[in-house]
Amino acid sequence: MTSVVSRLHPLHGLWALTNRELAKWYKVPVILIISLIQPIVWLAFFGKSMNFAAMFTNGLNIPGLNIPKQVIDEIASEVLRANFGTTDYFSFLAVGMLSFITLFTSLQSGMSIVWDRRLGVLGKLLTTPVPRGNIVMAKVLNSMIRSLVQSSIVLIIAILLGMKLNPNLNPLDVLGAYAALALMSMGFASLFVTLALRSTSWESQMAIMNLLNMPLMFASNSFYPVKSMPWWLKPIAYVNPLTYVNDINRQLLLGVAGHSLLLDFTYLLTFAVIFSALGITLSWRFLSES
Amino acid sequence: MEVAIKAINLTKRYGNFTAVDHINFEVYYGEVFAFLGPNGAGKTTTIKMLTTVTRPSEGTAIVNGFDIIKQPAKVRESIGTVPQEYTADEDLTGWENLMLIAALYGIPKREAKERAAELLDMVELSYAADRKVETYSGGMRRRLEIAMGLINRPAILFLDEPTLGLDAQTRAAIWEYVYRLRRQYGTTIFMTTHYLEEADQYAERIAIIDHGKILAIGTPKELKEKVGGDVITIEVAGDVNTARKVIEGIDGVSGVAVNGNTIMFKVRNGSTAAPIILEALNKLSIRATSITIKEPTMDEVFLEYTGRRLRDEEGTSEDFMRFRRTISRARR
Ligand SMILES: Nc1ncnc2c1ncn2[C@@H]1O[C@H](COP(=O)(O)OP(=O)(O)OP(=O)(O)O)[C@@H](O)[C@H]1O
Ligand SMILES: [Mg+2]
Repeated sequence: MTSVVSRLHPLHGLWALTNRELAKWYKVPVILIISLIQPIVWLAFFGKSMNFAAMFTNGLNIPGLNIPKQVIDEIASEVLRANFGTTDYFSFLAVGMLSFITLFTSLQSGMSIVWDRRLGVLGKLLTTPVPRGNIVMAKVLNSMIRSLVQSSIVLIIAILLGMKLNPNLNPLDVLGAYAALALMSMGFASLFVTLALRSTSWESQMAIMNLLNMPLMFASNSFYPVKSMPWWLKPIAYVNPLTYVNDINRQLLLGVAGHSLLLDFTYLLTFAVIFSALGITLSWRFLSES
Repeated sequence: MEVAIKAINLTKRYGNFTAVDHINFEVYYGEVFAFLGPNGAGKTTTIKMLTTVTRPSEGTAIVNGFDIIKQPAKVRESIGTVPQEYTADEDLTGWENLMLIAALYGIPKREAKERAAELLDMVELSYAADRKVETYSGGMRRRLEIAMGLINRPAILFLDEPTLGLDAQTRAAIWEYVYRLRRQYGTTIFMTTHYLEEADQYAERIAIIDHGKILAIGTPKELKEKVGGDVITIEVAGDVNTARKVIEGIDGVSGVAVNGNTIMFKVRNGSTAAPIILEALNKLSIRATSITIKEPTMDEVFLEYTGRRLRDEEGTSEDFMRFRRTISRARR
């Protein structure tokens, strides 16, 4: 007879489950490459074409006025700096793309729990003594790791395409940027796993994903500053965690001015903690069948 | 503590439909216990409650000494499960699946490796250990599921239709594993099936379940006896009517019918009744030219309790479809 020995610590199985998710991912690198296409297309096509600086200097010739080129350049850089905090829109957008890829990756974690349920894997996991919260947190952890790896690749590509980092960049800044992305991923992944706890329909998860990704993107400072938004969009941008991540990362990576880093981080931390706590708590009630 | 499983008014309702209706039964340690019932009888629902996957609406059960509602974590540590559907992650290899489940039971890595190798050997899957599960055949997947259910050396193993959709040879092999397991580790086995002869041949005790209710519990022999015992057919050379009177006069004989010079009747236990009858006939110099004793089949037992037949031929095409569905669903 097997005796029941309590050798299980609260986090047991968390890494094994995370590793299972990661294995699926690094075994099929195609998925990684495909998911990188979107942000890179945005960067290369949109970022390179929306060249505000060039718009001012190339052929701004108002008939009757003879404005010296130097004045136009001055005005252009002041306007850009006032709006974007930098004259370099490409770098501005590149930072936005880091949160873009993180958001998209995190939104997918809801799907994976639906698949686990449909394929019967979840049913099996539930018969083992693994804490229910760890099933949820493994998805979240996977999403965080994945987001950071993908963000790093996007960052490297952006640098190759001409992104200009803060010349005084130190390792702590990079660490801070990663922490911001990780917190955001943790919050969103927890939220979407929680929404999917009882779901058996991947179509509805897909619909939620498609419904939310674009609005979340555009109701943030990823593409343009909050300042330039209409009054009704601003409040949405200010509750959107993406805005905080971008604000932190532009300060840390590009060295531009922004809001208080402490407040930004506090906001992200609160977001991450609330939703992961919610996910863990609800998993005990709702992961099992009724 | 000799009762491995004790169900107490265990009930599951879905809306106002009662899938499992106040069932009570006990399973003893070391026993092979089978739930026999047609599709939709409530077998899987019972297993899901006993394995803490779903909560009972009413009642409870004690599994390995732990209450399934109050101590689900302890129950989970005591049991292994082989669910009706496939549960292995098919993007991973067989080996990776075993190691994952082992980690979820908190089995140290080194020990997990030893056990995984041993189990793969037992279910004859060592050669495919490093192949993705999606490349496995149905029989291979079933065997992997069984290995996954055993990785934690459970005190009690739950098998939900372990041989569904498998060919006769694989079915026999799986039963051989199950019995070997019990010999080696003393594992208690709770299984469900709707193959009559499988229950008859392999289970030590059977509960017949239909519409969420247990209709009878006992050893296959007891169940058959309750149905009315064996049917004896005797062909006599001599006066059939005298023979009939003699037989009718013997204690425990019922349902006597004569056809030409053949006499058919029921007795509780054919093998002990036959010599008595032959001796009685002999005294009157009536010679029996042939005698056959037929035990009732599980089919008859089933018919008696449920009012329906449960023929395997009928099940086969449906099983096959179900089996196909599981696979195609799993394949996306
Ligand atoms: N989640 C659910 N919601 C509603 N009804 C359910 C649910 N699960 C099972 N049922 C119903 O409960 C009844 C018993 O189902 P169960 O799966 O326990 O049957 P079973 O005896 O295992 O049958 P089979 O031999 O087909 O596997 C069925 O009528 C089924 O439709
Ligand atoms: Mg079933």
